Amino acid sequence: MNPLGNIKTIAKRELLAYFSSPVAYVFIVIFLLLNGFFTFMVGGFFERGEASLANSFFTWHPWFYLFLVPAVGMRLWADERRVGTLELLLTMPIAPWEAIVGKFIASWLFLGLALVLTFPIVLTVNHLGSPDNGVIFAAYVGSWLMAGTYLAVSCITSAITRSQVVSFIISVVACLFLILAGFPPVINLLQSLTNNWQWLVDVITSFSVITHFEGFQKGVLDSRDILFFLSVIGFSLFTTSVILRTHRTS
Amino acid sequence: MIKVENLTKIFGAKRAVDGVSFSVERGEVLGFLGPNGAGKSTTMRMITGFLPPTSGKITVGGFDILEQPIPAKKLMGYLPENAPAYTDMTVYGFLDFAAEIRGLRGAAKKAAINRAVELCFLNSVLHQNVDTLSKGYRHRTCFAQSIIHDPDILVLDEPTDGLDPNQKHEIRQLIRKMGEQKAIIFSTHILEEVDAVCSRAIIIDRGRIVANGTPAELRRKSEWAGAVTMRVNGQAANAVQEKLNRLRAAKKVTTATEGGKVTVTVYPRTAGDGDLTREVIEASSGWQVEELRTEEGRLDEVFRSITMPDTTGKETR
Repeated sequence: MNPLGNIKTIAKRELLAYFSSPVAYVFIVIFLLLNGFFTFMVGGFFERGEASLANSFFTWHPWFYLFLVPAVGMRLWADERRVGTLELLLTMPIAPWEAIVGKFIASWLFLGLALVLTFPIVLTVNHLGSPDNGVIFAAYVGSWLMAGTYLAVSCITSAITRSQVVSFIISVVACLFLILAGFPPVINLLQSLTNNWQWLVDVITSFSVITHFEGFQKGVLDSRDILFFLSVIGFSLFTTSVILRTHRTS
Repeated sequence: MIKVENLTKIFGAKRAVDGVSFSVERGEVLGFLGPNGAGKSTTMRMITGFLPPTSGKITVGGFDILEQPIPAKKLMGYLPENAPAYTDMTVYGFLDFAAEIRGLRGAAKKAAINRAVELCFLNSVLHQNVDTLSKGYRHRTCFAQSIIHDPDILVLDEPTDGLDPNQKHEIRQLIRKMGEQKAIIFSTHILEEVDAVCSRAIIIDRGRIVANGTPAELRRKSEWAGAVTMRVNGQAANAVQEKLNRLRAAKKVTTATEGGKVTVTVYPRTAGDGDLTREVIEASSGWQVEELRTEEGRLDEVFRSITMPDTTGKETR
Protein backbone atom coordinates (compact mmCIF):
# COMPACT_ATOMS: atom_id res chain seq x y z
CA MET A 1 0.00 0.00 0.00
CA ASN A 2 1.12 3.55 -0.55
CA PRO A 3 2.43 5.69 2.30
CA LEU A 4 -0.38 8.22 1.89
CA GLY A 5 -3.01 5.53 2.39
CA ASN A 6 -1.24 4.27 5.49
CA ILE A 7 -0.93 7.75 6.95
CA LYS A 8 -4.59 8.37 6.25
CA THR A 9 -5.62 5.12 7.96
CA ILE A 10 -3.52 5.88 11.03
CA ALA A 11 -4.77 9.46 11.21
CA LYS A 12 -8.38 8.36 10.84
CA ARG A 13 -8.06 5.88 13.70
CA GLU A 14 -6.41 8.48 15.90
CA LEU A 15 -9.12 11.06 15.21
CA LEU A 16 -11.87 8.52 15.87
CA ALA A 17 -10.22 7.69 19.16
CA TYR A 18 -10.16 11.39 20.12
CA PHE A 19 -13.86 11.77 19.61
CA SER A 20 -14.85 8.53 21.27
CA SER A 21 -13.42 9.81 24.55
CA PRO A 22 -14.36 13.01 26.39
CA VAL A 23 -10.85 14.44 25.94
CA ALA A 24 -11.71 16.06 22.63
CA TYR A 25 -14.86 17.76 23.84
CA VAL A 26 -13.31 18.95 27.08
CA PHE A 27 -10.40 20.36 25.17
CA ILE A 28 -12.53 22.22 22.65
CA VAL A 29 -14.84 23.68 25.27
CA ILE A 30 -11.99 24.87 27.45
CA PHE A 31 -10.13 26.31 24.49
CA LEU A 32 -13.18 28.28 23.38
CA LEU A 33 -14.01 29.49 26.89
CA LEU A 34 -10.45 30.68 27.43
CA ASN A 35 -10.49 32.48 24.10
CA GLY A 36 -13.75 34.19 24.89
CA PHE A 37 -12.73 35.20 28.36
CA PHE A 38 -9.30 36.54 27.46
CA THR A 39 -10.42 38.34 24.32
CA PHE A 40 -13.30 40.21 25.90
CA MET A 41 -12.46 40.49 29.58
CA VAL A 42 -8.67 40.62 29.71
CA GLY A 43 -7.79 41.68 26.19
CA GLY A 44 -10.33 44.47 26.24
CA PHE A 45 -11.67 43.77 22.78
CA PHE A 46 -14.42 46.39 23.00
CA GLU A 47 -12.42 49.03 24.84
CA ARG A 48 -9.70 48.96 22.20
CA GLY A 49 -12.07 50.06 19.51
CA GLU A 50 -9.86 48.39 16.86
CA ALA A 51 -11.18 46.38 13.95
CA SER A 52 -8.45 43.82 14.52
CA LEU A 53 -7.91 40.58 16.38
CA ALA A 54 -4.15 40.82 16.82
CA ASN A 55 -3.81 42.30 20.29
CA SER A 56 -6.99 41.07 21.87
CA PHE A 57 -7.29 37.53 20.47
CA PHE A 58 -4.17 36.04 18.86
CA THR A 59 -1.79 37.46 21.39
CA TRP A 60 -2.98 34.91 23.97
CA HIS A 61 -2.57 31.86 21.79
CA PRO A 62 1.07 31.07 22.59
CA TRP A 63 0.04 30.92 26.25
CA PHE A 64 -3.10 28.82 25.78
CA TYR A 65 -1.17 26.36 23.69
CA LEU A 66 1.48 26.12 26.37
CA PHE A 67 -0.89 24.05 28.49
CA LEU A 68 -3.46 22.77 26.08
CA VAL A 69 -1.27 21.33 23.34
CA PRO A 70 0.87 19.17 25.65
CA ALA A 71 -2.43 17.87 27.04
CA VAL A 72 -3.41 16.76 23.54
CA GLY A 73 0.02 15.43 22.66
CA MET A 74 0.91 13.67 25.90
CA ARG A 75 -0.99 10.50 25.12
CA LEU A 76 0.24 10.11 21.55
CA TRP A 77 3.09 7.69 22.22
CA ALA A 78 3.08 7.32 26.00
CA ASP A 79 -0.26 5.57 25.85
CA GLU A 80 0.74 3.31 22.97
CA ARG A 81 3.71 2.16 24.99
CA ARG A 82 1.80 1.77 28.24
CA VAL A 83 -1.05 -0.24 26.73
CA GLY A 84 1.26 -2.21 24.45
CA THR A 85 -0.41 -1.25 21.20
CA LEU A 86 2.92 0.11 20.03
CA GLU A 87 3.95 -3.48 19.43
CA LEU A 88 0.84 -4.00 17.36
CA LEU A 89 1.33 -0.80 15.39
CA LEU A 90 4.98 -1.39 14.57
CA THR A 91 4.47 -5.00 13.47
CA MET A 92 1.89 -3.95 10.93
CA PRO A 93 3.05 -3.56 7.34
CA ILE A 94 3.80 0.14 7.59
CA ALA A 95 6.98 2.16 8.00
CA PRO A 96 7.41 3.71 11.47
CA TRP A 97 7.57 7.22 10.01
CA GLU A 98 4.13 6.71 8.49
CA ALA A 99 2.73 5.99 11.93
CA ILE A 100 4.52 9.01 13.41
CA VAL A 101 3.30 11.37 10.70
CA GLY A 102 -0.21 9.90 10.74
CA LYS A 103 -0.63 10.33 14.46
CA PHE A 104 0.84 13.82 14.34
CA ILE A 105 -1.45 14.90 11.52
CA ALA A 106 -4.52 13.60 13.34
CA SER A 107 -3.74 15.66 16.42
CA TRP A 108 -2.81 18.67 14.36
CA LEU A 109 -6.09 18.50 12.45
CA PHE A 110 -7.86 18.26 15.76
CA LEU A 111 -6.13 21.43 16.99
CA GLY A 112 -7.06 23.03 13.67
CA LEU A 113 -10.69 22.14 14.28
CA ALA A 114 -10.61 23.77 17.71
CA LEU A 115 -9.10 26.85 16.10
CA VAL A 116 -11.75 26.94 13.35
CA LEU A 117 -14.45 26.81 16.00
CA THR A 118 -13.35 30.26 17.19
CA PHE A 119 -14.99 31.65 14.02
CA PRO A 120 -17.69 33.63 15.93
CA ILE A 121 -15.00 36.10 16.95
CA VAL A 122 -14.24 36.73 13.28
CA LEU A 123 -17.94 37.26 12.59
CA THR A 124 -18.14 39.62 15.57
CA VAL A 125 -15.26 41.80 14.49
CA ASN A 126 -16.63 41.88 10.94
CA HIS A 127 -20.02 42.88 12.23
CA LEU A 128 -18.65 45.71 14.35
CA GLY A 129 -16.15 47.12 11.91
CA SER A 130 -14.28 46.35 8.74
CA PRO A 131 -11.08 44.51 9.64
CA ASP A 132 -8.51 43.30 7.16
CA ASN A 133 -9.59 39.68 6.81
CA GLY A 134 -6.34 38.82 5.06
CA VAL A 135 -4.46 39.72 8.22
CA ILE A 136 -6.83 37.63 10.29
CA PHE A 137 -6.38 34.68 7.96
CA ALA A 138 -2.60 34.97 8.12
CA ALA A 139 -2.76 35.07 11.90
CA TYR A 140 -4.89 31.93 11.93
CA VAL A 141 -2.35 30.15 9.74
CA GLY A 142 0.41 31.28 12.07
CA SER A 143 -1.52 30.16 15.11
CA TRP A 144 -2.08 26.72 13.62
CA LEU A 145 1.59 26.37 12.66
CA MET A 146 2.55 27.37 16.18
CA ALA A 147 0.18 24.78 17.62
CA GLY A 148 1.79 22.18 15.34
CA THR A 149 5.22 23.16 16.63
CA TYR A 150 4.15 22.67 20.25
CA LEU A 151 2.50 19.42 19.28
CA ALA A 152 5.64 18.09 17.61
CA VAL A 153 7.61 18.91 20.77
CA SER A 154 4.97 17.03 22.77
CA CYS A 155 5.44 14.08 20.42
CA ILE A 156 9.06 13.84 21.51
CA THR A 157 8.29 14.01 25.21
CA SER A 158 5.47 11.54 24.77
CA ALA A 159 7.82 9.08 23.10
CA ILE A 160 10.34 9.42 25.93
CA THR A 161 8.10 8.12 28.68
CA ARG A 162 5.28 5.72 29.41
CA SER A 163 3.71 8.21 31.79
CA GLN A 164 1.42 10.84 30.36
CA VAL A 165 1.95 13.11 33.36
CA VAL A 166 5.71 13.12 32.93
CA SER A 167 5.26 13.74 29.24
CA PHE A 168 2.94 16.68 29.94
CA ILE A 169 5.29 18.35 32.39
CA ILE A 170 8.39 18.01 30.24
CA SER A 171 6.65 19.31 27.18
CA VAL A 172 5.18 22.31 29.04
CA VAL A 173 8.70 23.21 30.13
CA ALA A 174 10.07 22.75 26.62
CA CYS A 175 7.28 24.85 25.12
CA LEU A 176 7.79 27.47 27.80
CA PHE A 177 11.34 27.80 26.59
CA LEU A 178 10.05 28.30 23.04
CA ILE A 179 7.89 31.17 24.30
CA LEU A 180 10.23 32.78 26.79
CA ALA A 181 13.13 32.92 24.39
CA GLY A 182 11.31 35.78 22.69
CA PHE A 183 9.56 37.35 25.66
CA PRO A 184 10.71 41.00 26.06
CA PRO A 185 11.63 40.78 29.78
CA VAL A 186 13.69 37.68 29.08
CA ILE A 187 15.39 39.33 26.12
CA ASN A 188 16.36 42.26 28.35
CA LEU A 189 17.69 39.88 30.96
CA LEU A 190 19.67 37.97 28.33
CA GLN A 191 21.17 41.21 27.05
CA SER A 192 22.37 42.25 30.45
CA LEU A 193 23.64 38.77 31.27
CA THR A 194 25.55 38.30 28.03
CA ASN A 195 27.03 41.78 28.17
CA ASN A 196 25.14 42.74 25.05
CA TRP A 197 26.51 40.01 22.82
CA GLN A 198 23.81 40.70 20.34
CA TRP A 199 24.54 37.63 18.18
CA LEU A 200 23.99 35.25 21.08
CA VAL A 201 20.79 36.98 22.07
CA ASP A 202 19.67 36.80 18.45
CA VAL A 203 20.37 33.09 18.23
CA ILE A 204 18.34 32.42 21.34
CA THR A 205 15.45 34.68 20.43
CA SER A 206 15.31 33.21 16.94
CA PHE A 207 14.08 30.01 18.58
CA SER A 208 11.09 31.78 20.04
CA VAL A 209 7.69 31.05 18.63
CA ILE A 210 6.57 34.53 19.65
CA THR A 211 9.07 36.26 17.40
CA HIS A 212 7.96 34.13 14.49
CA PHE A 213 4.28 34.42 15.30
CA GLU A 214 4.45 38.23 15.37
CA GLY A 215 4.83 38.46 11.61
CA PHE A 216 1.71 36.39 11.05
CA GLN A 217 -0.25 38.62 13.43
CA LYS A 218 0.65 41.60 11.26
CA GLY A 219 -0.58 39.72 8.23
CA VAL A 220 2.86 38.88 6.84
CA LEU A 221 3.25 35.33 5.58
CA ASP A 222 7.03 35.32 5.66
CA SER A 223 8.57 32.17 4.23
CA ARG A 224 11.27 32.29 6.90
CA ASP A 225 8.67 32.11 9.66
CA ILE A 226 6.82 29.31 7.91
CA LEU A 227 10.11 27.52 7.39
CA PHE A 228 10.95 27.93 11.08
CA PHE A 229 7.73 26.27 12.23
CA LEU A 230 7.88 23.51 9.64
CA SER A 231 11.51 22.75 10.35
CA VAL A 232 10.91 22.50 14.10
CA ILE A 233 8.02 20.13 13.34
CA GLY A 234 10.16 18.07 10.96
CA PHE A 235 13.05 17.92 13.38
CA SER A 236 10.81 16.94 16.29
CA LEU A 237 9.11 14.15 14.36
CA PHE A 238 12.49 12.86 13.25
CA THR A 239 13.68 12.91 16.88
CA THR A 240 10.53 11.01 17.84
CA SER A 241 11.37 8.29 15.33
CA VAL A 242 14.92 8.04 16.67
CA ILE A 243 13.62 7.74 20.24
CA LEU A 244 11.11 5.06 19.29
CA ARG A 245 13.83 3.12 17.51
CA THR A 246 16.19 3.43 20.47
CA HIS A 247 13.54 1.98 22.78
CA ARG A 248 13.37 -1.10 20.62
CA THR A 249 17.07 -1.70 20.25
CA SER A 250 18.12 -1.30 23.86
CA MET B 1 7.92 -20.07 5.61
CA ILE B 2 9.81 -18.86 8.66
CA LYS B 3 13.51 -19.43 8.93
CA VAL B 4 15.50 -18.35 11.94
CA GLU B 5 19.27 -18.68 11.91
CA ASN B 6 21.57 -18.14 14.84
CA LEU B 7 19.32 -15.55 16.37
CA THR B 8 20.81 -13.67 19.32
CA LYS B 9 19.47 -10.80 21.35
CA ILE B 10 21.44 -9.15 24.11
CA PHE B 11 19.80 -6.76 26.55
CA GLY B 12 22.56 -5.03 28.46
CA ALA B 13 24.52 -7.87 30.07
CA LYS B 14 21.80 -10.47 29.55
CA ARG B 15 21.61 -12.81 26.60
CA ALA B 16 17.85 -13.05 26.26
CA VAL B 17 18.08 -15.18 23.13
CA ASP B 18 21.28 -17.04 22.40
CA GLY B 19 21.98 -18.65 19.04
CA VAL B 20 18.48 -19.91 18.28
CA SER B 21 17.86 -21.58 14.90
CA PHE B 22 14.74 -23.27 13.62
CA SER B 23 12.29 -23.19 10.76
CA VAL B 24 8.56 -23.58 10.31
CA GLU B 25 6.89 -24.76 7.12
CA ARG B 26 3.35 -24.42 5.88
CA GLY B 27 1.06 -26.93 7.55
CA GLU B 28 3.05 -26.92 10.77
CA VAL B 29 2.02 -25.68 14.18
CA LEU B 30 5.13 -25.07 16.20
CA GLY B 31 4.73 -24.89 19.95
CA PHE B 32 7.19 -22.69 21.75
CA LEU B 33 7.67 -23.86 25.31
CA GLY B 34 9.79 -22.61 28.12
CA PRO B 35 9.73 -21.18 31.60
CA ASN B 36 8.92 -17.50 32.09
CA GLY B 37 11.74 -15.30 30.91
CA ALA B 38 13.26 -18.01 28.74
CA GLY B 39 13.22 -15.77 25.66
CA LYS B 40 10.00 -16.89 23.97
CA SER B 41 8.45 -13.46 23.64
CA THR B 42 11.73 -11.84 22.66
CA THR B 43 12.15 -14.37 19.85
CA MET B 44 8.64 -13.71 18.62
CA ARG B 45 9.14 -9.97 18.76
CA MET B 46 12.19 -10.35 16.58
CA ILE B 47 10.40 -12.57 14.09
CA THR B 48 7.59 -10.05 13.75
CA GLY B 49 10.04 -7.20 13.30
CA PHE B 50 9.27 -5.34 16.51
CA LEU B 51 12.73 -5.84 17.99
CA PRO B 52 15.84 -5.90 15.84
CA PRO B 53 18.12 -8.87 16.64
CA THR B 54 21.63 -8.30 17.97
CA SER B 55 22.83 -10.85 15.45
CA GLY B 56 21.39 -13.60 13.31
CA LYS B 57 19.04 -13.75 10.37
CA ILE B 58 15.28 -14.09 10.07
CA THR B 59 13.49 -14.67 6.80
CA VAL B 60 9.71 -14.71 6.56
CA GLY B 61 8.26 -16.10 3.36
CA GLY B 62 11.65 -15.48 1.73
CA PHE B 63 11.87 -11.84 2.85
CA ASP B 64 14.52 -10.75 5.31
CA ILE B 65 12.69 -9.05 8.17
CA LEU B 66 15.36 -6.35 8.51
CA GLU B 67 15.90 -5.63 4.82
CA GLN B 68 12.36 -6.01 3.52
CA PRO B 69 10.20 -5.57 6.58
CA ILE B 70 7.02 -4.50 4.84
CA PRO B 71 6.49 -7.47 2.49
CA ALA B 72 7.49 -9.78 5.35
CA LYS B 73 5.04 -8.16 7.76
CA LYS B 74 2.28 -8.39 5.17
CA LEU B 75 2.50 -12.18 5.33
CA MET B 76 2.21 -12.30 9.10
CA GLY B 77 -0.47 -11.96 11.70
CA TYR B 78 0.73 -11.30 15.21
CA LEU B 79 -0.92 -11.62 18.59
CA PRO B 80 1.43 -9.98 21.11
CA GLU B 81 1.67 -11.09 24.71
CA ASN B 82 -1.20 -9.72 26.84
CA ALA B 83 -3.24 -9.03 23.69
CA PRO B 84 -3.05 -5.24 23.51
CA ALA B 85 -5.87 -3.38 21.75
CA TYR B 86 -6.83 0.25 21.37
CA THR B 87 -9.08 0.76 24.35
CA ASP B 88 -10.77 3.91 23.10
CA MET B 89 -12.45 2.22 20.13
CA THR B 90 -15.25 -0.23 19.56
CA VAL B 91 -14.40 -3.80 18.58
CA TYR B 92 -15.70 -3.09 15.10
CA GLY B 93 -13.71 0.13 14.82
CA PHE B 94 -10.55 -1.65 15.90
CA LEU B 95 -11.00 -4.47 13.40
CA ASP B 96 -11.88 -1.96 10.70
CA PHE B 97 -8.59 -0.20 11.37
CA ALA B 98 -6.65 -3.48 11.34
CA ALA B 99 -8.24 -4.47 8.02
CA GLU B 100 -7.56 -1.10 6.46
CA ILE B 101 -3.92 -1.01 7.48
CA ARG B 102 -3.59 -4.44 5.87
CA GLY B 103 -4.76 -2.86 2.63
CA LEU B 104 -8.32 -4.16 2.60
CA ARG B 105 -11.01 -1.83 1.30
CA GLY B 106 -14.72 -1.83 0.61
CA ALA B 107 -16.46 -5.19 0.27
CA ALA B 108 -13.27 -7.16 0.86
CA LYS B 109 -12.76 -5.32 4.11
CA LYS B 110 -16.29 -6.00 5.25
CA ALA B 111 -16.01 -9.69 4.40
CA ALA B 112 -12.71 -9.96 6.25
CA ILE B 113 -14.13 -8.33 9.36
CA ASN B 114 -17.19 -10.57 9.32
CA ARG B 115 -15.06 -13.65 8.92
CA ALA B 116 -12.76 -12.75 11.81
CA VAL B 117 -15.73 -11.82 14.00
CA GLU B 118 -17.36 -15.14 13.33
CA LEU B 119 -14.21 -17.20 13.91
CA CYS B 120 -13.54 -15.46 17.20
CA PHE B 121 -17.16 -15.31 18.43
CA LEU B 122 -17.21 -11.54 18.78
CA ASN B 123 -20.70 -10.89 17.45
CA SER B 124 -22.21 -10.02 20.80
CA VAL B 125 -19.64 -7.31 21.63
CA LEU B 126 -19.11 -5.87 18.18
CA HIS B 127 -20.19 -2.34 19.07
CA GLN B 128 -18.85 -2.29 22.59
CA ASN B 129 -15.81 -0.22 23.54
CA VAL B 130 -12.70 -2.35 23.97
CA ASP B 131 -12.03 -1.06 27.49
CA THR B 132 -15.40 -2.36 28.69
CA LEU B 133 -14.64 -5.91 27.54
CA SER B 134 -13.76 -8.82 29.79
CA LYS B 135 -10.29 -10.23 29.43
CA GLY B 136 -11.42 -13.16 27.32
CA TYR B 137 -13.21 -10.94 24.82
CA ARG B 138 -10.34 -8.51 24.65
CA HIS B 139 -8.00 -11.38 23.98
CA ARG B 140 -10.19 -12.64 21.19
CA THR B 141 -10.48 -9.15 19.74
CA CYS B 142 -6.73 -8.97 19.44
CA PHE B 143 -6.68 -12.49 18.04
CA ALA B 144 -9.26 -11.47 15.44
CA GLN B 145 -6.98 -8.61 14.46
CA SER B 146 -4.15 -11.06 13.79
CA ILE B 147 -6.17 -13.23 11.42
CA ILE B 148 -8.11 -10.46 9.70
CA HIS B 149 -6.11 -10.62 6.47
CA ASP B 150 -6.02 -14.43 6.49
CA PRO B 151 -2.22 -14.46 6.72
CA ASP B 152 -0.02 -17.36 5.68
CA ILE B 153 1.95 -17.05 8.87
CA LEU B 154 0.66 -16.58 12.39
CA VAL B 155 2.78 -15.69 15.39
CA LEU B 156 0.78 -16.04 18.58
CA ASP B 157 2.26 -15.18 21.95
CA GLU B 158 0.29 -17.10 24.58
CA PRO B 159 -2.98 -17.12 22.64
CA THR B 160 -4.93 -18.89 25.37
CA ASP B 161 -3.65 -16.89 28.32
CA GLY B 162 -6.46 -15.64 30.53
CA LEU B 163 -9.25 -17.53 28.78
CA ASP B 164 -11.70 -19.86 30.49
CA PRO B 165 -11.54 -23.58 29.66
CA ASN B 166 -14.26 -23.38 27.01
CA GLN B 167 -12.65 -20.46 25.27
CA LYS B 168 -9.28 -22.17 25.48
CA HIS B 169 -10.77 -25.16 23.76
CA GLU B 170 -12.28 -23.02 21.00
CA ILE B 171 -9.06 -21.16 20.33
CA ARG B 172 -7.07 -24.39 20.24
CA GLN B 173 -9.49 -25.89 17.76
CA LEU B 174 -9.14 -22.78 15.65
CA ILE B 175 -5.35 -22.87 15.74
CA ARG B 176 -5.27 -26.53 14.83
CA LYS B 177 -7.65 -26.02 11.96
CA MET B 178 -5.77 -23.03 10.60
CA GLY B 179 -2.51 -24.88 11.04
CA GLU B 180 -3.44 -27.17 8.19
CA GLN B 181 -2.86 -24.41 5.65
CA LYS B 182 -0.66 -21.96 7.49
CA ALA B 183 2.62 -21.85 9.30
CA ILE B 184 1.94 -21.09 12.95
CA ILE B 185 4.22 -20.41 15.88
CA PHE B 186 2.65 -20.13 19.26
CA SER B 187 4.09 -19.91 22.70
CA THR B 188 2.59 -21.34 25.82
CA HIS B 189 3.51 -22.73 29.16
CA ILE B 190 0.50 -25.00 29.30
CA LEU B 191 1.82 -28.40 28.36
CA GLU B 192 -1.50 -30.01 27.51
CA GLU B 193 -1.78 -27.47 24.71
CA VAL B 194 1.26 -28.92 23.05
CA ASP B 195 -0.49 -32.25 22.75
CA ALA B 196 -3.75 -30.68 21.70
CA VAL B 197 -2.45 -28.39 19.00
CA CYS B 198 1.19 -28.74 17.98
CA SER B 199 2.73 -30.79 15.28
CA ARG B 200 6.14 -29.91 16.66
CA ALA B 201 7.47 -28.33 19.81
CA ILE B 202 10.59 -26.47 20.80
CA ILE B 203 11.61 -26.08 24.40
CA ILE B 204 13.66 -23.01 25.08
CA ASP B 205 15.49 -22.26 28.30
CA ARG B 206 17.70 -19.29 29.14
CA GLY B 207 17.66 -18.23 25.53
CA ARG B 208 18.75 -21.56 24.06
CA ILE B 209 16.82 -24.34 22.39
CA VAL B 210 17.08 -27.39 24.62
CA ALA B 211 14.69 -29.72 22.80
CA ASN B 212 13.06 -29.81 19.38
CA GLY B 213 10.72 -32.54 18.17
CA THR B 214 7.17 -33.81 17.89
CA PRO B 215 5.26 -34.06 21.16
CA ALA B 216 5.70 -37.85 21.05
CA GLU B 217 9.43 -37.54 20.54
CA LEU B 218 9.70 -35.16 23.44
CA ARG B 219 7.70 -37.43 25.63
CA ARG B 220 10.05 -40.28 24.87
CA LYS B 221 12.84 -38.34 26.58
CA SER B 222 11.04 -38.86 29.85
CA GLU B 223 12.26 -41.61 32.17
CA TRP B 224 8.61 -42.51 32.37
CA ALA B 225 8.42 -43.28 28.68
CA GLY B 226 7.82 -47.01 28.25
CA ALA B 227 7.67 -47.64 31.99
CA VAL B 228 5.31 -50.40 33.10
CA THR B 229 3.02 -49.92 36.06
CA MET B 230 1.34 -52.94 37.60
CA ARG B 231 -0.88 -53.54 40.59
CA VAL B 232 -0.53 -56.95 42.17
CA ASN B 233 -2.62 -58.51 44.91
CA GLY B 234 -1.30 -61.00 47.46
CA GLN B 235 2.44 -60.65 46.94
CA ALA B 236 5.09 -59.19 49.19
CA ALA B 237 6.49 -55.93 47.94
CA ASN B 238 10.16 -56.88 48.24
CA ALA B 239 9.59 -60.19 46.46
CA VAL B 240 8.00 -58.41 43.54
CA GLN B 241 10.72 -55.83 43.45
CA GLU B 242 13.48 -58.42 43.56
CA LYS B 243 12.05 -60.44 40.75
CA LEU B 244 11.42 -57.49 38.47
CA ASN B 245 14.82 -56.00 39.22
CA ARG B 246 16.44 -58.99 37.61
CA LEU B 247 14.79 -58.27 34.26
CA ARG B 248 17.29 -57.37 31.52
CA ALA B 249 15.29 -54.40 30.24
CA ALA B 250 14.58 -52.91 33.68
CA LYS B 251 16.59 -49.96 34.86
CA LYS B 252 14.89 -49.22 38.15
CA VAL B 253 11.93 -50.56 40.10
CA THR B 254 9.84 -48.69 42.63
CA THR B 255 7.07 -50.16 44.74
CA ALA B 256 4.33 -48.84 46.96
CA THR B 257 2.03 -50.92 49.16
CA GLU B 258 -1.52 -49.96 49.91
CA GLY B 259 -4.07 -52.22 51.60
CA GLY B 260 -2.20 -55.45 50.82
CA LYS B 261 -1.81 -54.52 47.18
CA VAL B 262 1.53 -53.67 45.66
CA THR B 263 1.81 -51.04 42.99
CA VAL B 264 5.07 -51.44 41.17
CA THR B 265 6.63 -49.31 38.46
CA VAL B 266 9.43 -50.63 36.30
CA TYR B 267 11.48 -48.08 34.36
CA PRO B 268 13.04 -49.19 31.07
CA ARG B 269 16.67 -48.98 30.01
CA THR B 270 15.61 -47.88 26.54
CA ALA B 271 12.17 -46.51 25.82
CA GLY B 272 9.82 -47.58 23.15
CA ASP B 273 10.89 -51.08 22.08
CA GLY B 274 8.33 -53.09 24.10
CA ASP B 275 10.94 -55.49 25.52
CA LEU B 276 10.21 -54.40 29.03
CA THR B 277 6.48 -54.95 28.70
CA ARG B 278 6.99 -58.49 27.41
CA GLU B 279 9.49 -59.33 30.16
CA VAL B 280 7.23 -57.95 32.86
CA ILE B 281 4.31 -60.00 31.58
CA GLU B 282 6.43 -63.15 31.56
CA ALA B 283 7.75 -62.48 35.05
CA SER B 284 4.32 -61.85 36.45
CA SER B 285 2.86 -65.23 35.50
CA GLY B 286 1.19 -66.72 38.52
CA TRP B 287 0.69 -63.34 40.16
CA GLN B 288 -2.73 -61.93 40.77
CA VAL B 289 -2.36 -58.87 38.48
CA GLU B 290 -5.19 -56.38 38.79
CA GLU B 291 -3.89 -53.67 36.56
CA LEU B 292 -1.14 -53.30 33.97
CA ARG B 293 -0.31 -50.34 31.85
CA THR B 294 2.54 -48.89 29.83
CA GLU B 295 3.33 -45.23 30.38
CA GLU B 296 3.66 -42.91 27.42
CA GLY B 297 5.96 -40.52 29.20
CA ARG B 298 5.05 -37.22 30.65
CA LEU B 299 5.72 -33.88 29.03
CA ASP B 300 5.73 -32.00 32.29
CA GLU B 301 8.44 -34.25 33.61
CA VAL B 302 10.51 -33.81 30.45
CA PHE B 303 9.96 -30.08 30.67
CA ARG B 304 11.13 -29.96 34.27
CA SER B 305 14.16 -32.15 33.77
CA ILE B 306 15.31 -30.17 30.74
CA THR B 307 14.68 -26.67 31.96
CA MET B 308 15.92 -27.18 35.52
CA PRO B 309 19.10 -29.19 35.28
CA ASP B 310 19.99 -28.34 38.87
CA THR B 311 17.56 -27.46 41.59
CA THR B 312 19.99 -25.25 43.49
CA GLY B 313 19.05 -22.52 41.06
CA LYS B 314 22.54 -21.13 40.77
CA GLU B 315 22.94 -18.41 38.18
CA THR B 316 24.64 -19.49 35.03
CA ARG B 317 26.92 -16.97 33.42
